[in-house]
Amino acid sequence: MAFLNDPINFIAGWVHGLLTGWGLADSLATIIIYLIGITVLIVFAMVLDVMLVWVERKVVARFQDRLGPNRIGPFGLIQPFADIIKMVIKEDITPAGADRIVYNIAPVLAASSVIILWAILPLASSIYGVDLNVGLLYIVAAGSLGTLAIIMAGWSSNNKYALLGAFRMVANMISYEIPMIIILLVPTILADTMSIKGITQAQSGIWFAILSPLAFIIFLISAIAELGRSPFDLNEAESEIVSGFNVEYSGMKFGWFYAGELLHAFTFGGFIAVLFFGGYGGFFGLEKIGFFSWLNNPFIQAVVFIAKAMFGYWVIMWIKYSMPRIRIDHMLAFNWKFLTPLALVVLVNTAILSKVLSNLPVWGYTLGMFFSNIVIGFITIGILRAYGRKQRKVEDSLTPQVAQN
Amino acid sequence: MNSEWIYIGLFLVIGIIVPVVPLVFARLVAPRKPNPIKQSTYECGIETVGDSWVQFKAQYYVFALVFLVFDVEAVFLFPWALSLKQLPLFVVLEGILFIAILISGLIYAWRKGMMEWI
Repeated sequence: MAFLNDPINFIAGWVHGLLTGWGLADSLATIIIYLIGITVLIVFAMVLDVMLVWVERKVVARFQDRLGPNRIGPFGLIQPFADIIKMVIKEDITPAGADRIVYNIAPVLAASSVIILWAILPLASSIYGVDLNVGLLYIVAAGSLGTLAIIMAGWSSNNKYALLGAFRMVANMISYEIPMIIILLVPTILADTMSIKGITQAQSGIWFAILSPLAFIIFLISAIAELGRSPFDLNEAESEIVSGFNVEYSGMKFGWFYAGELLHAFTFGGFIAVLFFGGYGGFFGLEKIGFFSWLNNPFIQAVVFIAKAMFGYWVIMWIKYSMPRIRIDHMLAFNWKFLTPLALVVLVNTAILSKVLSNLPVWGYTLGMFFSNIVIGFITIGILRAYGRKQRKVEDSLTPQVAQN
Repeated sequence: MNSEWIYIGLFLVIGIIVPVVPLVFARLVAPRKPNPIKQSTYECGIETVGDSWVQFKAQYYVFALVFLVFDVEAVFLFPWALSLKQLPLFVVLEGILFIAILISGLIYAWRKGMMEWI
Protein backbone atom coordinates (compact mmCIF):
# COMPACT_ATOMS: atom_id res chain seq x y z
CA MET A 1 0.00 0.00 0.00
CA ALA A 2 2.91 2.33 0.78
CA PHE A 3 4.20 1.62 -2.72
CA LEU A 4 0.89 2.60 -4.32
CA ASN A 5 0.65 5.88 -2.40
CA ASP A 6 4.23 7.06 -2.86
CA PRO A 7 6.16 4.80 -5.28
CA ILE A 8 9.28 6.92 -5.78
CA ASN A 9 10.05 7.58 -2.13
CA PHE A 10 9.20 3.96 -1.27
CA ILE A 11 11.75 2.62 -3.78
CA ALA A 12 14.28 5.35 -2.93
CA GLY A 13 13.98 4.57 0.79
CA TRP A 14 14.42 0.85 0.13
CA VAL A 15 17.51 1.36 -2.09
CA HIS A 16 18.96 3.83 0.42
CA GLY A 17 18.55 1.30 3.20
CA LEU A 18 20.16 -1.38 1.02
CA LEU A 19 23.17 0.81 0.08
CA THR A 20 23.85 2.08 3.60
CA GLY A 21 23.45 -1.55 4.75
CA TRP A 22 26.38 -2.41 2.47
CA GLY A 23 28.45 0.16 4.32
CA LEU A 24 28.29 3.08 1.87
CA ALA A 25 28.36 6.65 3.17
CA ASP A 26 25.00 8.40 3.42
CA SER A 27 25.84 11.12 0.88
CA LEU A 28 27.23 8.60 -1.63
CA ALA A 29 24.06 6.51 -1.33
CA THR A 30 21.98 9.64 -2.01
CA ILE A 31 23.98 10.42 -5.14
CA ILE A 32 23.60 6.84 -6.42
CA ILE A 33 19.83 7.09 -5.84
CA TYR A 34 19.83 10.40 -7.73
CA LEU A 35 21.69 8.79 -10.64
CA ILE A 36 19.24 5.87 -10.79
CA GLY A 37 16.26 8.26 -10.63
CA ILE A 38 17.67 10.54 -13.33
CA THR A 39 18.42 7.61 -15.64
CA VAL A 40 14.90 6.20 -15.21
CA LEU A 41 13.34 9.63 -15.85
CA ILE A 42 15.42 10.27 -18.98
CA VAL A 43 14.80 6.77 -20.33
CA PHE A 44 11.07 7.32 -19.78
CA ALA A 45 11.35 10.62 -21.69
CA MET A 46 13.23 8.89 -24.52
CA VAL A 47 10.69 6.05 -24.81
CA LEU A 48 7.95 8.67 -24.86
CA ASP A 49 9.93 10.53 -27.54
CA VAL A 50 10.01 7.40 -29.71
CA MET A 51 6.26 7.02 -29.37
CA LEU A 52 5.78 10.72 -30.17
CA VAL A 53 7.24 10.06 -33.63
CA TRP A 54 4.39 7.63 -34.18
CA VAL A 55 1.80 10.01 -32.66
CA GLU A 56 3.01 12.93 -34.78
CA ARG A 57 2.98 10.92 -38.03
CA LYS A 58 -0.42 9.41 -37.28
CA VAL A 59 -2.00 12.76 -36.35
CA VAL A 60 -0.57 14.62 -39.37
CA ALA A 61 -1.89 11.80 -41.56
CA ARG A 62 -5.38 12.26 -40.11
CA PHE A 63 -5.22 16.04 -40.61
CA GLN A 64 -4.24 15.48 -44.24
CA ASP A 65 -6.85 12.75 -44.80
CA ARG A 66 -4.32 9.91 -45.04
CA LEU A 67 -3.85 6.71 -43.05
CA GLY A 68 -0.31 7.25 -41.79
CA PRO A 69 2.09 4.43 -40.85
CA ASN A 70 0.08 1.18 -40.63
CA ARG A 71 2.33 -1.57 -42.05
CA ILE A 72 4.87 -2.39 -39.35
CA GLY A 73 3.24 -3.82 -36.24
CA PRO A 74 -0.32 -3.16 -35.08
CA PHE A 75 -1.41 0.35 -36.20
CA GLY A 76 2.18 0.94 -37.34
CA LEU A 77 3.36 1.10 -33.71
CA ILE A 78 6.77 -0.45 -34.53
CA GLN A 79 7.41 2.17 -37.25
CA PRO A 80 9.42 4.60 -35.01
CA PHE A 81 11.79 1.78 -34.00
CA ALA A 82 12.36 0.99 -37.67
CA ASP A 83 13.07 4.70 -38.21
CA ILE A 84 15.66 4.68 -35.43
CA ILE A 85 17.44 1.61 -36.85
CA LYS A 86 17.49 3.30 -40.26
CA MET A 87 18.94 6.51 -38.80
CA VAL A 88 21.66 4.73 -36.84
CA ILE A 89 22.92 2.63 -39.79
CA LYS A 90 22.93 5.57 -42.24
CA GLU A 91 26.30 6.97 -43.25
CA ASP A 92 27.13 10.12 -41.33
CA ILE A 93 28.37 12.77 -43.76
CA THR A 94 30.31 15.80 -42.58
CA PRO A 95 30.34 18.45 -45.33
CA ALA A 96 33.69 19.76 -46.49
CA GLY A 97 34.69 22.98 -44.79
CA ALA A 98 32.40 22.46 -41.79
CA ASP A 99 33.58 23.52 -38.36
CA ARG A 100 33.87 19.94 -37.09
CA ILE A 101 33.78 20.48 -33.33
CA VAL A 102 30.82 22.85 -33.34
CA TYR A 103 29.12 20.74 -36.01
CA ASN A 104 29.23 17.65 -33.77
CA ILE A 105 28.27 19.41 -30.54
CA ALA A 106 25.14 21.10 -31.97
CA PRO A 107 22.82 18.03 -32.24
CA VAL A 108 23.82 16.85 -28.76
CA LEU A 109 23.06 20.27 -27.33
CA ALA A 110 19.74 20.43 -29.22
CA ALA A 111 18.64 17.18 -27.57
CA SER A 112 20.09 17.98 -24.12
CA SER A 113 18.39 21.37 -23.97
CA VAL A 114 15.06 19.53 -24.14
CA ILE A 115 15.99 16.60 -21.90
CA ILE A 116 17.11 18.84 -19.03
CA LEU A 117 13.61 20.40 -18.95
CA TRP A 118 12.39 17.05 -17.60
CA ALA A 119 14.31 17.65 -14.38
CA ILE A 120 11.57 20.00 -13.18
CA LEU A 121 8.49 18.55 -14.90
CA PRO A 122 6.22 17.17 -12.13
CA LEU A 123 4.44 14.03 -13.38
CA ALA A 124 2.59 13.61 -10.06
CA SER A 125 2.70 15.05 -6.55
CA SER A 126 5.42 12.56 -5.58
CA ILE A 127 6.87 11.71 -9.04
CA TYR A 128 9.13 14.54 -10.14
CA GLY A 129 12.83 15.21 -10.58
CA VAL A 130 13.40 18.22 -8.41
CA ASP A 131 11.26 21.13 -7.22
CA LEU A 132 13.40 24.22 -7.85
CA ASN A 133 12.31 27.49 -6.26
CA VAL A 134 13.36 29.22 -9.51
CA GLY A 135 11.65 26.69 -11.78
CA LEU A 136 10.26 29.24 -14.25
CA LEU A 137 13.68 30.81 -14.81
CA TYR A 138 15.07 27.30 -15.40
CA ILE A 139 12.59 26.85 -18.31
CA VAL A 140 13.79 30.11 -19.88
CA ALA A 141 17.46 29.21 -19.35
CA ALA A 142 17.02 25.79 -20.99
CA GLY A 143 15.22 27.49 -23.90
CA SER A 144 18.27 29.71 -24.48
CA LEU A 145 20.43 26.58 -24.77
CA GLY A 146 18.19 25.43 -27.62
CA THR A 147 18.75 28.75 -29.40
CA LEU A 148 22.50 28.25 -29.00
CA ALA A 149 22.28 24.76 -30.52
CA ILE A 150 20.51 26.09 -33.60
CA ILE A 151 22.93 28.95 -34.26
CA MET A 152 25.82 26.47 -33.79
CA ALA A 153 24.28 24.04 -36.29
CA GLY A 154 23.59 26.75 -38.85
CA TRP A 155 26.95 28.46 -38.53
CA SER A 156 29.14 25.36 -38.58
CA SER A 157 27.49 23.69 -41.60
CA ASN A 158 29.31 25.88 -44.15
CA ASN A 159 26.01 26.34 -45.96
CA LYS A 160 24.32 29.64 -46.81
CA TYR A 161 20.81 28.28 -46.42
CA ALA A 162 21.58 26.73 -43.06
CA LEU A 163 23.06 30.01 -41.88
CA LEU A 164 20.00 31.92 -43.09
CA GLY A 165 17.67 29.47 -41.35
CA ALA A 166 19.68 29.74 -38.14
CA PHE A 167 19.57 33.55 -38.21
CA ARG A 168 15.83 33.55 -38.75
CA MET A 169 15.31 31.01 -36.01
CA VAL A 170 17.41 32.95 -33.52
CA ALA A 171 15.59 36.20 -34.35
CA ASN A 172 12.34 34.28 -33.85
CA MET A 173 13.34 32.63 -30.58
CA ILE A 174 14.84 35.65 -28.86
CA SER A 175 11.92 37.85 -29.91
CA TYR A 176 9.25 35.49 -28.63
CA GLU A 177 11.18 34.89 -25.43
CA ILE A 178 10.16 38.40 -24.30
CA PRO A 179 6.37 37.85 -24.21
CA MET A 180 7.03 34.40 -22.75
CA ILE A 181 9.13 35.77 -19.87
CA ILE A 182 6.60 38.55 -19.23
CA ILE A 183 3.70 36.12 -19.27
CA LEU A 184 5.52 33.73 -16.93
CA LEU A 185 5.20 36.54 -14.38
CA VAL A 186 1.41 36.08 -14.40
CA PRO A 187 1.42 32.54 -12.88
CA THR A 188 4.15 33.81 -10.53
CA ILE A 189 1.86 36.58 -9.27
CA LEU A 190 -1.20 34.32 -9.08
CA ALA A 191 0.58 31.47 -7.30
CA ASP A 192 3.01 33.66 -5.31
CA THR A 193 5.85 31.25 -6.13
CA MET A 194 8.18 30.36 -9.00
CA SER A 195 8.42 26.65 -8.22
CA ILE A 196 6.60 24.48 -10.76
CA LYS A 197 5.10 22.30 -8.05
CA GLY A 198 3.93 25.30 -6.07
CA ILE A 199 2.18 26.66 -9.16
CA THR A 200 0.48 23.28 -9.68
CA GLN A 201 -0.72 23.19 -6.08
CA ALA A 202 -1.99 26.77 -6.29
CA GLN A 203 -4.31 25.62 -9.06
CA SER A 204 -6.02 22.85 -7.07
CA GLY A 205 -9.01 25.18 -6.70
CA ILE A 206 -9.17 27.05 -9.99
CA TRP A 207 -7.06 26.87 -13.16
CA PHE A 208 -4.96 29.87 -14.14
CA ALA A 209 -6.35 29.50 -17.68
CA ILE A 210 -9.69 30.63 -16.20
CA LEU A 211 -8.15 33.41 -14.09
CA SER A 212 -6.16 34.71 -17.04
CA PRO A 213 -7.18 33.27 -20.44
CA LEU A 214 -5.19 35.93 -22.30
CA ALA A 215 -1.98 34.87 -20.54
CA PHE A 216 -2.62 31.27 -21.65
CA ILE A 217 -3.15 32.35 -25.28
CA ILE A 218 0.02 34.49 -25.30
CA PHE A 219 2.01 31.67 -23.71
CA LEU A 220 0.70 29.21 -26.31
CA ILE A 221 1.68 31.49 -29.21
CA SER A 222 5.15 32.23 -27.84
CA ALA A 223 5.65 28.53 -27.02
CA ILE A 224 4.88 27.60 -30.63
CA ALA A 225 7.34 30.27 -31.80
CA GLU A 226 9.94 29.00 -29.33
CA LEU A 227 9.49 25.50 -30.75
CA GLY A 228 9.95 26.82 -34.29
CA ARG A 229 6.81 25.08 -35.47
CA SER A 230 4.44 26.27 -38.17
CA PRO A 231 3.29 29.07 -38.55
CA PHE A 232 6.70 30.12 -37.16
CA ASP A 233 8.78 27.46 -38.94
CA LEU A 234 10.95 29.98 -40.78
CA ASN A 235 14.02 28.04 -39.71
CA GLU A 236 13.09 25.11 -41.92
CA ALA A 237 11.05 26.76 -44.64
CA GLU A 238 11.36 23.92 -47.17
CA SER A 239 10.24 26.00 -50.15
CA GLU A 240 12.83 28.77 -49.65
CA ILE A 241 15.86 27.48 -47.74
CA VAL A 242 15.51 23.71 -48.28
CA SER A 243 15.44 22.58 -44.64
CA GLY A 244 17.10 25.42 -42.83
CA PHE A 245 19.70 24.92 -40.11
CA ASN A 246 19.77 21.09 -40.27
CA VAL A 247 20.07 20.66 -44.06
CA GLU A 248 23.66 19.35 -43.92
CA TYR A 249 22.99 16.86 -41.12
CA SER A 250 22.42 13.19 -41.83
CA GLY A 251 21.85 9.99 -39.92
CA MET A 252 21.46 10.07 -36.15
CA LYS A 253 22.62 13.70 -35.91
CA PHE A 254 19.60 14.76 -37.92
CA GLY A 255 17.60 12.31 -35.82
CA TRP A 256 18.45 14.21 -32.65
CA PHE A 257 17.21 17.48 -34.13
CA TYR A 258 13.97 15.77 -35.12
CA ALA A 259 13.52 13.88 -31.85
CA GLY A 260 14.45 16.98 -29.87
CA GLU A 261 11.80 19.02 -31.65
CA LEU A 262 9.08 16.44 -30.94
CA LEU A 263 10.03 16.04 -27.28
CA HIS A 264 10.25 19.84 -26.97
CA ALA A 265 6.70 20.17 -28.28
CA PHE A 266 5.42 17.56 -25.83
CA THR A 267 7.35 19.14 -22.95
CA PHE A 268 5.84 22.52 -23.72
CA GLY A 269 2.43 20.83 -23.83
CA GLY A 270 3.31 19.65 -20.33
CA PHE A 271 4.32 23.14 -19.22
CA ILE A 272 1.07 24.57 -20.62
CA ALA A 273 -0.75 21.95 -18.55
CA VAL A 274 1.30 22.78 -15.45
CA LEU A 275 1.15 26.56 -15.70
CA PHE A 276 -2.45 27.03 -16.81
CA PHE A 277 -4.41 23.77 -16.41
CA GLY A 278 -3.43 22.55 -12.99
CA GLY A 279 -0.83 19.95 -14.07
CA TYR A 280 -1.34 16.62 -12.30
CA GLY A 281 -4.06 18.12 -10.08
CA GLY A 282 -6.55 20.84 -10.79
CA PHE A 283 -9.79 18.95 -10.16
CA PHE A 284 -11.50 22.11 -8.81
CA GLY A 285 -11.26 20.85 -5.23
CA LEU A 286 -12.92 17.54 -6.12
CA GLU A 287 -10.07 15.47 -4.67
CA LYS A 288 -10.76 16.81 -1.16
CA ILE A 289 -14.15 15.02 -1.07
CA GLY A 290 -13.82 11.55 0.44
CA PHE A 291 -15.42 9.69 -2.45
CA PHE A 292 -12.93 11.14 -4.98
CA SER A 293 -9.82 10.71 -2.81
CA TRP A 294 -8.45 8.19 -5.33
CA LEU A 295 -7.61 11.22 -7.49
CA ASN A 296 -4.69 11.83 -5.10
CA ASN A 297 -3.04 8.57 -6.12
CA PRO A 298 0.27 9.33 -7.89
CA PHE A 299 -0.45 6.89 -10.72
CA ILE A 300 -3.83 8.53 -11.44
CA GLN A 301 -2.13 11.95 -11.25
CA ALA A 302 0.56 10.86 -13.72
CA VAL A 303 -2.10 9.63 -16.16
CA VAL A 304 -3.99 12.93 -15.79
CA PHE A 305 -0.79 14.89 -16.38
CA ILE A 306 0.18 12.90 -19.49
CA ALA A 307 -3.37 13.33 -20.84
CA LYS A 308 -3.27 17.10 -20.31
CA ALA A 309 0.22 17.36 -21.82
CA MET A 310 -0.90 15.26 -24.81
CA PHE A 311 -3.84 17.60 -25.27
CA GLY A 312 -1.49 20.60 -25.25
CA TYR A 313 0.78 18.78 -27.71
CA TRP A 314 -2.23 18.00 -29.90
CA VAL A 315 -3.26 21.68 -29.97
CA ILE A 316 0.29 22.60 -31.05
CA MET A 317 0.10 19.95 -33.81
CA TRP A 318 -3.37 21.14 -34.82
CA ILE A 319 -2.04 24.68 -35.31
CA LYS A 320 1.08 23.38 -37.07
CA TYR A 321 -0.82 21.46 -39.72
CA SER A 322 -3.56 24.04 -40.26
CA MET A 323 -1.64 27.30 -40.66
CA PRO A 324 0.53 28.56 -43.53
CA ARG A 325 3.99 29.95 -42.78
CA ILE A 326 4.21 33.70 -42.09
CA ARG A 327 6.87 36.04 -43.40
CA ILE A 328 9.76 37.09 -41.17
CA ASP A 329 8.84 40.80 -41.09
CA HIS A 330 5.24 39.88 -40.20
CA MET A 331 6.48 37.52 -37.54
CA LEU A 332 8.71 40.11 -35.86
CA ALA A 333 6.07 42.86 -36.19
CA PHE A 334 3.48 40.53 -34.66
CA ASN A 335 5.74 39.95 -31.69
CA TRP A 336 7.05 43.46 -31.02
CA LYS A 337 4.03 45.54 -32.00
CA PHE A 338 1.28 43.26 -30.74
CA LEU A 339 2.28 40.41 -28.44
CA THR A 340 4.80 42.23 -26.22
CA PRO A 341 2.57 45.28 -25.48
CA LEU A 342 -0.38 42.96 -24.88
CA ALA A 343 1.68 40.81 -22.52
CA LEU A 344 2.74 43.91 -20.57
CA VAL A 345 -0.90 45.06 -20.32
CA VAL A 346 -1.98 41.63 -19.07
CA LEU A 347 0.85 41.68 -16.51
CA VAL A 348 -0.12 45.14 -15.19
CA ASN A 349 -3.77 44.10 -15.07
CA THR A 350 -2.95 40.94 -13.11
CA ALA A 351 -0.66 42.82 -10.70
CA ILE A 352 -3.23 45.51 -9.89
CA LEU A 353 -6.23 43.18 -9.68
CA SER A 354 -4.47 40.60 -7.51
CA LYS A 355 -3.82 43.46 -5.07
CA VAL A 356 -7.24 45.11 -5.30
CA LEU A 357 -9.37 41.96 -5.35
CA SER A 358 -7.38 40.08 -2.69
CA ASN A 359 -9.98 40.90 -0.01
CA LEU A 360 -12.90 39.56 -2.05
CA PRO A 361 -14.18 35.94 -1.73
CA VAL A 362 -12.90 33.38 -4.23
CA TRP A 363 -15.79 33.75 -6.70
CA GLY A 364 -15.45 37.55 -6.76
CA TYR A 365 -11.68 37.27 -7.33
CA THR A 366 -12.19 34.70 -10.12
CA LEU A 367 -14.95 36.68 -11.88
CA GLY A 368 -12.98 39.93 -11.62
CA MET A 369 -9.85 38.34 -13.11
CA PHE A 370 -11.76 36.53 -15.85
CA PHE A 371 -13.86 39.50 -16.99
CA SER A 372 -10.94 41.94 -16.90
CA ASN A 373 -9.17 39.57 -19.32
CA ILE A 374 -12.26 39.36 -21.53
CA VAL A 375 -12.49 43.18 -21.60
CA ILE A 376 -8.80 43.51 -22.55
CA GLY A 377 -9.32 40.88 -25.23
CA PHE A 378 -12.26 42.71 -26.76
CA ILE A 379 -10.44 46.08 -26.67
CA THR A 380 -7.45 44.42 -28.42
CA ILE A 381 -9.69 42.94 -31.11
CA GLY A 382 -11.36 46.35 -31.54
CA ILE A 383 -8.01 48.10 -32.00
CA LEU A 384 -6.88 45.44 -34.49
CA ARG A 385 -10.15 45.75 -36.42
CA ALA A 386 -9.85 49.57 -36.63
CA TYR A 387 -6.23 49.21 -37.78
CA GLY A 388 -7.20 46.64 -40.39
CA ARG A 389 -9.99 48.89 -41.70
CA LYS A 390 -7.52 51.79 -42.01
CA GLN A 391 -5.00 49.60 -43.85
CA ARG A 392 -7.69 48.37 -46.25
CA LYS A 393 -8.71 51.98 -46.99
CA VAL A 394 -5.09 52.86 -47.80
CA GLU A 395 -4.86 49.83 -50.08
CA ASP A 396 -8.17 50.68 -51.80
CA SER A 397 -7.01 54.25 -52.47
CA LEU A 398 -3.80 52.87 -54.02
CA THR A 399 -5.38 50.28 -56.31
CA PRO A 400 -6.80 52.61 -59.06
CA GLN A 401 -3.40 54.32 -59.52
CA VAL A 402 -1.74 50.95 -60.04
CA ALA A 403 -4.40 50.07 -62.62
CA GLN A 404 -3.76 53.30 -64.58
CA ASN A 405 -0.07 52.57 -64.85
CA MET B 1 18.70 23.41 -1.04
CA ASN B 2 22.16 22.19 -2.06
CA SER B 3 20.95 18.71 -2.93
CA GLU B 4 18.56 20.21 -5.49
CA TRP B 5 21.45 21.72 -7.40
CA ILE B 6 23.49 18.52 -7.11
CA TYR B 7 20.50 16.79 -8.72
CA ILE B 8 20.39 19.40 -11.52
CA GLY B 9 24.15 19.04 -12.06
CA LEU B 10 23.88 15.25 -12.33
CA PHE B 11 20.88 15.68 -14.63
CA LEU B 12 22.92 17.94 -16.94
CA VAL B 13 25.73 15.35 -17.11
CA ILE B 14 23.39 12.44 -17.91
CA GLY B 15 21.32 14.66 -20.20
CA ILE B 16 24.46 15.19 -22.30
CA ILE B 17 25.60 11.54 -22.13
CA VAL B 18 22.24 10.13 -23.34
CA PRO B 19 22.29 11.91 -26.76
CA VAL B 20 25.99 11.05 -27.22
CA VAL B 21 25.46 7.27 -26.83
CA PRO B 22 23.47 6.71 -30.10
CA LEU B 23 25.94 8.95 -31.98
CA VAL B 24 28.88 6.82 -30.80
CA PHE B 25 26.91 3.66 -31.59
CA ALA B 26 26.11 5.02 -35.07
CA ARG B 27 29.83 5.70 -35.61
CA LEU B 28 30.55 2.05 -34.84
CA VAL B 29 27.89 0.44 -37.04
CA ALA B 30 27.33 2.97 -39.85
CA PRO B 31 29.39 2.68 -43.05
CA ARG B 32 32.03 5.33 -43.67
CA LYS B 33 33.20 5.78 -47.27
CA PRO B 34 33.75 9.50 -47.76
CA ASN B 35 34.63 10.97 -51.14
CA PRO B 36 34.93 14.62 -52.27
CA ILE B 37 31.63 14.66 -54.18
CA LYS B 38 29.71 13.17 -51.26
CA GLN B 39 31.23 15.62 -48.83
CA SER B 40 30.62 18.72 -50.91
CA THR B 41 28.12 21.16 -49.43
CA TYR B 42 24.58 20.14 -50.35
CA GLU B 43 22.88 23.55 -50.05
CA CYS B 44 19.91 23.27 -52.46
CA GLY B 45 21.25 20.60 -54.81
CA ILE B 46 23.27 22.67 -57.28
CA GLU B 47 26.92 23.72 -56.97
CA THR B 48 27.63 26.33 -54.31
CA VAL B 49 28.86 29.80 -55.23
CA GLY B 50 31.21 31.77 -53.00
CA ASP B 51 31.88 31.58 -49.29
CA SER B 52 29.12 30.69 -46.85
CA TRP B 53 30.30 32.78 -43.92
CA VAL B 54 29.29 36.11 -45.44
CA GLN B 55 27.98 39.37 -44.02
CA PHE B 56 24.43 39.10 -42.73
CA LYS B 57 21.59 41.51 -42.40
CA ALA B 58 22.17 44.14 -39.71
CA GLN B 59 18.47 44.00 -38.77
CA TYR B 60 19.05 40.76 -36.84
CA TYR B 61 21.53 42.65 -34.66
CA VAL B 62 19.03 45.46 -34.02
CA PHE B 63 16.41 42.99 -32.82
CA ALA B 64 19.00 41.31 -30.63
CA LEU B 65 19.71 44.70 -29.01
CA VAL B 66 16.01 45.33 -28.30
CA PHE B 67 15.77 41.80 -26.91
CA LEU B 68 18.72 42.41 -24.59
CA VAL B 69 17.09 45.53 -23.10
CA PHE B 70 13.84 43.69 -22.40
CA ASP B 71 15.51 40.53 -21.14
CA VAL B 72 17.60 42.36 -18.57
CA GLU B 73 14.65 44.41 -17.35
CA ALA B 74 12.36 41.37 -17.15
CA VAL B 75 14.78 39.80 -14.67
CA PHE B 76 14.15 42.74 -12.32
CA LEU B 77 10.42 42.10 -12.52
CA PHE B 78 10.65 38.55 -11.12
CA PRO B 79 11.48 39.55 -7.49
CA TRP B 80 8.72 42.16 -7.67
CA ALA B 81 6.14 39.65 -8.92
CA LEU B 82 7.26 37.08 -6.36
CA SER B 83 6.74 39.37 -3.36
CA LEU B 84 3.65 41.13 -4.69
CA LYS B 85 1.34 39.69 -2.01
CA GLN B 86 3.43 41.15 0.84
CA LEU B 87 4.10 44.52 -0.77
CA PRO B 88 1.93 47.59 -0.05
CA LEU B 89 -0.07 48.98 -2.98
CA PHE B 90 2.38 51.89 -3.33
CA VAL B 91 5.31 49.57 -4.15
CA VAL B 92 3.12 47.65 -6.60
CA LEU B 93 2.41 50.93 -8.39
CA GLU B 94 6.14 51.66 -8.42
CA GLY B 95 6.69 48.34 -10.17
CA ILE B 96 4.04 49.35 -12.70
CA LEU B 97 5.91 52.64 -13.20
CA PHE B 98 8.96 50.52 -14.04
CA ILE B 99 6.87 48.62 -16.62
CA ALA B 100 5.70 51.97 -18.00
CA ILE B 101 9.34 52.97 -18.54
CA LEU B 102 9.80 49.63 -20.31
CA ILE B 103 6.81 50.40 -22.56
CA SER B 104 8.12 53.90 -23.31
CA GLY B 105 11.40 52.30 -24.40
CA LEU B 106 9.42 50.02 -26.71
CA ILE B 107 7.48 53.00 -28.12
CA TYR B 108 10.77 54.89 -28.67
CA ALA B 109 12.27 51.97 -30.59
CA TRP B 110 9.00 51.67 -32.55
CA ARG B 111 8.96 55.38 -33.47
CA LYS B 112 12.62 55.21 -34.50
CA GLY B 113 11.69 52.49 -36.98
CA MET B 114 13.71 49.73 -35.30
CA MET B 115 10.73 47.39 -35.53
CA GLU B 116 10.58 47.67 -39.32
CA TRP B 117 12.15 44.92 -41.40
CA ILE B 118 13.90 46.94 -44.09
